[in-house]
Amino acid sequence: MNKRSNAGRYAGRAARRLRWSTLAAPSAFFPVAGKLAWVFALAAAVLIAAGAWIGFVLAPTDHQQGDAYRIIFVHVPAAWMSMVIYLAMAFWAAVGLVFHTRLASMLASALAPTGALFTVLALWTGALWGKPTWGAWWVWDARLTSELILLFLYLGFIALQGAIGDVRRADRAGALLALVGVINVPIIYFSVRWWNTLHQGASVSLSGGSSMAATMLVGMLLCALGFWAYSIAVALARVRCMLLEREGDAEWVRRAAGTKPKVRIATPLGA
Amino acid sequence: MAWNSLSEFFAMGGYGLYVWGSVGATAVLMAGEVLGLAARRRAALPSGRRKRP
Repeated sequence: MNKRSNAGRYAGRAARRLRWSTLAAPSAFFPVAGKLAWVFALAAAVLIAAGAWIGFVLAPTDHQQGDAYRIIFVHVPAAWMSMVIYLAMAFWAAVGLVFHTRLASMLASALAPTGALFTVLALWTGALWGKPTWGAWWVWDARLTSELILLFLYLGFIALQGAIGDVRRADRAGALLALVGVINVPIIYFSVRWWNTLHQGASVSLSGGSSMAATMLVGMLLCALGFWAYSIAVALARVRCMLLEREGDAEWVRRAAGTKPKVRIATPLGA
Repeated sequence: MAWNSLSEFFAMGGYGLYVWGSVGATAVLMAGEVLGLAARRRAALPSGRRKRP
């Protein structure tokens, strides 16, 4: 075999490996997702540890709100992720709906519980922040109400998919619900501008920059990036669980899980 | 460093209940999700499946 055909063969193999669509096959995606989940989990641990250290230990006390303001280091990242995860969920649901890719639909379903978790945390930490600063755990203000609707959208998505036995039909129905609900995300984000709300305006915005002290901002952004990495890691881990559950009898699952099929050797005595 | 002592840190200027209630709920829910996924994975693995009838 000459050099040239060898090179051609390797180039061909590399091209095949680089095609992103091969990752849409569950057997190819499973091991890659496993490695990526660990990478993002490690990144999340480092980022959250650094962000929490800066936010709860190094950052100075706020002159208006005292130390109650430190809730911002979990509240804002959780609230951001509740919206970002919803957008990601709707995106993958749409991809699954349009291109009929099972894996995209599974990604959407895998994101929903984590999105619901961050929505609960945004509401919970918001209540704990509202009590000392506004004097109320809850008010029916546009920001809080639309965030509560976001929680119902997540729970509705999860319940709807759980209620439909056929997996592909559940994927399609969930995708429709997720897409209709996307309208709620800009409503949450702009609610503090569109309506006169008790909730304060954005501390950080893409157009206006930040109104926070640098240390506080760095701590909050590190926590937000950490929550983001955590969400990716957890969603990937959940997709792997779903793949194992849905395709557990396939040969690639046994190979990926590193277990050999049990071979029973029949003996004359039946022992 | 914003604190002079550990007790000052835990008191959070009188807002300890609110601040640690937020941090604690976040830590518990995130850790719970990770542990839940680990259990789900064990149950879904071929070795876990065989144990079920």
